[in-house]
Amino acid sequence: MSIVGKNIPHDSAKGHVTGESIYIDDIPVMKNELHVDYVGSPYAHGKLKSIDLSAAQAIPGVVALYTHKDLHHNRLGPIIQDEPLLVEDEAMFVGQPIVVIAAETRAALAKAKKAVKIEMEELVPTLTINEARERKEFLDREYAVRRGQVETQFAAAKHTLEGTLVVGGADHFYLESQACLAVPGELDQLVLHSSTQAPSEVQHTAAHMLGLMQSQVVCITKRMGGGFGGKESQATHAGVMAALVAHKTKRPARVIYIKDDDMKYTGKRHPFQNDYKVAFDDNGVITALRINYFADGGAYNDLSIAVLGRAITHSDNAYFIENAELVGRICRTNLPPNTAFRGFGGPQGVITIENIMEEIATYLHKDSFDVRRANVYGLDDRNTTPYGQLVQNNNLPKLFDELLVTSDWKKRQQEVREFNSKSKTHVKGLSITGIKFGISFTNTMLNQANALVNVYVDGTVQVSTGATEMGQGVNTNIKMLVADELGIDPDWVIVMPTSTEKNNNTSATAASSATDLNGSAAVNACVKIRSNLADIASRYFASREAGIGAYPDGIKFENGLVFDERRPDNKMSFKDIVGMAYRARLSLGERGHYATRGIEFDWTAGKGSPFLYFTMGCAVTEVTIDRFTGDLKVDGVDVLMDVGKPINTGITRGQLTGAFIQGLGWMTNEELKYTDKGHLLNYSPTTYKIPNIQDMPARFNVNWIDSYNTPNVRGTKAVGEPPLVLAISAFTAVKNALSYVSGNEIPCISTPCTNEAILARLCYYESLNSGSAPAVNGRGGSRDAAVVTGGNGDSDAPAVTGGDGEKAAANVTGNGGDTNAAAIVKGLDGNQGTAAEQKGAVRVDYFNAAGMPVPAVKHGALRPLSESVARAYSGAKLRTGGPTAAGAGGKKS
Amino acid sequence: MASLHEAKAAEATLRVSGPGPMPLTLKINGKTHKLQIEPSETLAETLRTTLGMTGTKVSCDRGTCSACTVWLDGATMCSCMTLTVDVAGRAVTTIEGLASEDGTLHPVQEAFIEKDATMCGFCTPGMVMSCAALLARNSSPTLEDVRTACSGNYCRCGTYPNVFEATLAAAKKGAS
Repeated sequence: MSIVGKNIPHDSAKGHVTGESIYIDDIPVMKNELHVDYVGSPYAHGKLKSIDLSAAQAIPGVVALYTHKDLHHNRLGPIIQDEPLLVEDEAMFVGQPIVVIAAETRAALAKAKKAVKIEMEELVPTLTINEARERKEFLDREYAVRRGQVETQFAAAKHTLEGTLVVGGADHFYLESQACLAVPGELDQLVLHSSTQAPSEVQHTAAHMLGLMQSQVVCITKRMGGGFGGKESQATHAGVMAALVAHKTKRPARVIYIKDDDMKYTGKRHPFQNDYKVAFDDNGVITALRINYFADGGAYNDLSIAVLGRAITHSDNAYFIENAELVGRICRTNLPPNTAFRGFGGPQGVITIENIMEEIATYLHKDSFDVRRANVYGLDDRNTTPYGQLVQNNNLPKLFDELLVTSDWKKRQQEVREFNSKSKTHVKGLSITGIKFGISFTNTMLNQANALVNVYVDGTVQVSTGATEMGQGVNTNIKMLVADELGIDPDWVIVMPTSTEKNNNTSATAASSATDLNGSAAVNACVKIRSNLADIASRYFASREAGIGAYPDGIKFENGLVFDERRPDNKMSFKDIVGMAYRARLSLGERGHYATRGIEFDWTAGKGSPFLYFTMGCAVTEVTIDRFTGDLKVDGVDVLMDVGKPINTGITRGQLTGAFIQGLGWMTNEELKYTDKGHLLNYSPTTYKIPNIQDMPARFNVNWIDSYNTPNVRGTKAVGEPPLVLAISAFTAVKNALSYVSGNEIPCISTPCTNEAILARLCYYESLNSGSAPAVNGRGGSRDAAVVTGGNGDSDAPAVTGGDGEKAAANVTGNGGDTNAAAIVKGLDGNQGTAAEQKGAVRVDYFNAAGMPVPAVKHGALRPLSESVARAYSGAKLRTGGPTAAGAGGKKS
Repeated sequence: MASLHEAKAAEATLRVSGPGPMPLTLKINGKTHKLQIEPSETLAETLRTTLGMTGTKVSCDRGTCSACTVWLDGATMCSCMTLTVDVAGRAVTTIEGLASEDGTLHPVQEAFIEKDATMCGFCTPGMVMSCAALLARNSSPTLEDVRTACSGNYCRCGTYPNVFEATLAAAKKGAS
């Protein structure tokens, strides 16, 4: 009986529920161990003038203080080594480390942090995508995928829409913060216990920066208390700091970021700002699409190039786009370098096209399911991606059609309509979104893994791979694969801590593909061991009496037993065969290597087949909005996926629900707010709200279809990231809800759809309906902020003064209140169809009315409001008379 | 409003603890510990650092994420927000004390394993303590009761639906 496809508990479950599981801070304090922390830049952008360590050095218990001069090399980065670990002359983000401190006690460490004197000159920071674009502050080059004739199609199109979608970032909020314990060994060797998704990255970065050989450094990862991408490249900082102290002092050294610091000073999900234009026919079938992505990369490259690449290659999502121009740039801002976060740019690409689908449906007054279904990749035609990869084993049509039925879409949509026609207090929305997530690292080189399988003479097995366990269950999957290959009970198999000593040059546990790569490598190692065992077993089972000779290929391994398939009644235990092999001096430990075949991508041409396969799915989400408070409630979620043949059904279900919930946080609650000096304001769970148990929808159905022919180990598919992207259905459901109250406007909202953001939109639409000036922030807009008069008859569209439908240029100027930030919206030229352009900063302040301190927030909170102004819609049939002045004006009540 | 004089008088009657460690007797998981503890030390620090009981986790360190949940006289509380001096003589139960002495797991622990209610495991000890406390005070909770009992326990991996399932299953098992 195969164990694969069943549900066995997570291999750490018992340790987790008893508190026995060990994380970095749980490793007992070692003899002579030092506490390590650092002092970072107080400015988002500043010039380092001087560092005075004398007072800190004099504090009893302070053992060492290090600056960049103490490192052999001071630059790190997973793709381009452009980030100084310790500031040399110019600090590029708040908290960028300057001085590393090691002390005997935490108390001495705290005193020393205060005693370090750093003199800096504050420079002007770049904090938003818009600022970076204006100042032409970019990282790396432009990346693009192009197919067909976009401009020709735009010119010929019956309908076009264009706009800008602003997508917010998010903090990883792994519960275990960044951590590393470094232990010095003989002859400058080091062992690093790191909470990292990429032990090899920590190993070679530490070696490089300390001037050691890679072979002198071992990095071990038992597990992480959550990673989600945040420990793919950014575990190196804590790792190198601990390594530096251990190497220099020859004493064990431990770095444990406190949660506040971790949130303030580590990179996040990339915020994006995506300008788009789409052309489509009467059925909503897209004929051309142009997206200009602008990703907020933060101060250094980190993984931004790959993140942007995945956004671009996921612009199509589940839909065939014949003519496409998908271009992106990474904006450099003075924020911590943004990094991998579950989905890795894919979600920021997908949300753009799903936003477009919802807008097309609203524009054409069509069912949004029908619009999406008309665009879904075909089985026999319309089945190549814009970058040229054939979409094979395409289950998308099946998934959409099945979810239409199982989610009761038609009936619920009718119910939503009826509800909205009656309710004066609430408005509901219903939407469906899809996912076609490419599996493999887009950097082909990384798609390899190795595994070590050791069989002991009692028949039990240890497996070591480069995969790291962060709760996602990769170790349990590998344990099941190995048990299955050797035909033994999974309890006999233990997956060992990940260590660069056993598995070298490993890729990060990322891109959802840890099981695919490392599981395959482990299977390859098992195949070698089985071959050795089959060889000796075949000789044992050969029998002249029975007339069978030694036939290794006929040896079966099942249920802890070994037998010749020709004489299945004659069995021997796995343990006995192992003993026999040992005595015969055969190898009982093997390494397996695996490299994904048939994938390649060329960014110069923007063409290739970078993915081994696609994980597919779709989700229907229903939301209810309180029209007085903007309060958003997610009522129902139906997820249907093609995850191939799951190895462990319980773990797969956990990944599907968990990822979706995490995506819901990104779409609804989680909003990063910064001061105009680039300091994160909400750096703890008291103010940064991840989903909690009360946010769980009452209806939450998660299912998968029967799926075959996946070219992957045991026909399984990766599940770590794809379901997160389906939470975008909550965003499009909010848009759908708003379409019931937005009159003739296509509703626009940025993410996250916080209650405040929704309320602002509701107030704005309310003002349109009542013919008064737009309400700003729910405080009643001022007529001198933006004068919008009612509908103008024929088109039913609200005309903005100064716009006449023919040449609908509107200058909307607003008084920015205390901040004196005038909002100037330079309008749309209806004939030309150019997008409205927003100039000048718009600042709206949430706090002042309540008499609270007024942080001049620019980066997170208010960007959605201000930049939504820049939207405009054009087309052969001009629907609106000009740019919407939504949320702009910055007028205080 | 109290006068300055009254305030000063009140202050004079306050018992001042520290600086410097003071002797304390703690009752943790049924065992008595005689310790010298800094008055400023939190219970989470005492458990994790002084006693080496690292099952109790600390994440946000400000009483919001509830990873550090322990029981004080049977009621849940955040050990990162509780001074050790304040729990002297009271019964503290940690995740290490939830299973029976013979190693038999608490029904909630069993159910969490069976229903896949753990992922990375960092929130799990706190989550288990919250759910087990609920069952101790309400042997047949509703889904809403579970929601309320764990409303302070953050799980970034999103095990919440499994937590519902596990806790209700544990209750059902206990009732049968």
